[in-house]
Amino acid sequence: MPGDDTLFHHALRLGDDALVLGQRLSEWCGHAPMLEVDLALANIALDLLGQATHFLNLAGEIEDEGRDADALAFRRDVLDFRNCLLVEQPNGDFAQTIARQFLFSNWQELLMREIATAPEPRLSAIGAKAVKEIAYHAKFASEWVVRLGDGTEESRSRMIAGLDWMWRFVDELFDPKDGAASLRAEWDARIARTLSDAALEMPKPRRGAMGGRAGHHSEHLGHLLTEMQFMQRAYPGATW
Amino acid sequence: MYTTELKDKNQKSAGLSLADEDPEKLAAFEARVAADDFIEPKDWMPEAYRKTLVRQISQHAHSEIVGMLPEGNWITRAPNLRRKAILLAKVQDEGGHGLYLYAAAETLGTSREEMIEALHSGKAKYSTIFNYPTLTWADIGAIGWLVDGAAIMNQVPLQRTSYGPYARAMVRICKEESFHQRQGYEIMCVLAAGTPEQKRMAQDALDRWWWPSLMMFGPPDDKSPNTAQSVRWRIKRETNDELRQRFVDTTVPQAEAIGLRVPDAALKWNEARGAYDFGEIDWEEFYAVVRGEGPVAKDRNHARIRAWEDGAWVREAAAVHANKRAMRMAAE
Amino acid sequence: MNSNWPLWEVFVRAKNGLSHKHAGSVHAADARMAIEAARDVYTRRMEGVSLWVVPSTAIVASDPKETTDLFEPAADKVYRHPTFYTIPDGVKNI
Repeated sequence: MPGDDTLFHHALRLGDDALVLGQRLSEWCGHAPMLEVDLALANIALDLLGQATHFLNLAGEIEDEGRDADALAFRRDVLDFRNCLLVEQPNGDFAQTIARQFLFSNWQELLMREIATAPEPRLSAIGAKAVKEIAYHAKFASEWVVRLGDGTEESRSRMIAGLDWMWRFVDELFDPKDGAASLRAEWDARIARTLSDAALEMPKPRRGAMGGRAGHHSEHLGHLLTEMQFMQRAYPGATW
Repeated sequence: MYTTELKDKNQKSAGLSLADEDPEKLAAFEARVAADDFIEPKDWMPEAYRKTLVRQISQHAHSEIVGMLPEGNWITRAPNLRRKAILLAKVQDEGGHGLYLYAAAETLGTSREEMIEALHSGKAKYSTIFNYPTLTWADIGAIGWLVDGAAIMNQVPLQRTSYGPYARAMVRICKEESFHQRQGYEIMCVLAAGTPEQKRMAQDALDRWWWPSLMMFGPPDDKSPNTAQSVRWRIKRETNDELRQRFVDTTVPQAEAIGLRVPDAALKWNEARGAYDFGEIDWEEFYAVVRGEGPVAKDRNHARIRAWEDGAWVREAAAVHANKRAMRMAAE
Repeated sequence: MNSNWPLWEVFVRAKNGLSHKHAGSVHAADARMAIEAARDVYTRRMEGVSLWVVPSTAIVASDPKETTDLFEPAADKVYRHPTFYTIPDGVKNI
């Protein structure tokens, strides 16, 4: 059914975004600049892993071929992943991680507000829970953008570099094909407000990198999956 | 966890003799401790008590922080989403526990930065157990089951330790740790009931972690000279050998229940004692690991130093920003 | 300048109707960061509905040496307690 297929892909996109970013953030565990920050990043990662589990289970339910969240997370290859390119970008330094979180969480919050009122009840229930988590992520990341942007010379140049790395993946978030284009104006306003507080300039528009939603990813995703899926690949069929 | 009460090389009891203390104050202090009263940060205390506590609490904190690394090694490779979330939450808890403990030690007048500095320079010790590598997923089960199990044995009595901030930190830690051991044992149960490959993994993990877990309780009582004083001060509530025996007696039936074999040919139930007799621990290995010769000691040390040094510019930026903001506010 | 983040004392209100209680401390560069760190460190298991963070340096504590002067004089004011008073048997609601 085409309707269900659309819903399946919708849930898959939401689940994959959360899964891949949660995986990335969990790489920080034990290595953050300060113990307090370590705990904060782990909390965000745990929120995202929870969202991923809910959205991917829903996708499996809609698909109705016996796949659950684990089957979807651990037994698909790159071409079948539907996350945006932004979330699979490497952590880099702390500024690069914050840049990614700042751009993504602000977008995800706006999107999830819409999803929380979506007519499909299973989707809206997940969205309603997630939106509170994400509002915190967006605030947390935005505050760090201000601290780093308006901190030392070094932190400022690292923040600029981090935003510069991530900026080309912004357009993909608002691809009209996914129906998120209407969020752009509000997102732009939010980003501009924080960057102004941070005494940073809005990065120059540039040709956006696209393809994640069609399974055409950056090289980073393959390595992320190699690590994440290792156990399920090495021991197929085992339960854990 | 993980108070094994290790002494660092430079620590001498010189200058910390109780004989140098004001006898009246000392007597009042000893009486309070003996009466199960709590000592609080601003109370008078003998220097030796303060030093011993800073050493023990910071060692404990370092163990939590370094202990994040062997388990963190498997977060990105956890076999399913549930296990990934559990492991991440658990390792995050260890970070929290390190944080509570550093805070408790800070009330004794040593800053977190000083303690971290001592860890990085190798002056401060941490539990030897974390200088062993996590090779397979089963190691995550074994650590939760054995290492956290040993930790709990040590920590539960410390909830009534004499120093208030330490006792309160331990209360919070024990409450949070209650799921840690169970999740580890659950992993082992699943593996032990799984495919032949999974069973092998589980047995191999038990084989490698058993003896290091027994070593976590520290040297035998006759080689642990500070024990009497520490027990009197309620910094330590039971001796190393008592705790070790209890750990063996509790854990052996748990291994048997899931069909795993404890790697000790001398292990035997002693009806007369109502306890297990067990084999001799390789103390030479223990002291070698204490000296920093554990298989992955260098890796652990480098990882901690790198995280701290890579984060320096972040800590500085946030401090500078806060300062700028405060100046702006003052100017307005 | 010193880039070590200052220490903040954290107080958690477990639920409305109760007062805030000291939970521990965190290091944070600014007040907002202290609130967030307190949230991430001390309310991971739904321990609270409200947080206070106070710079540790702002806390003024009584000196243990004064303990007897400060608190012992209260010991003999038994008349402040209801049990001090004798009421005839059988009299209720007082």
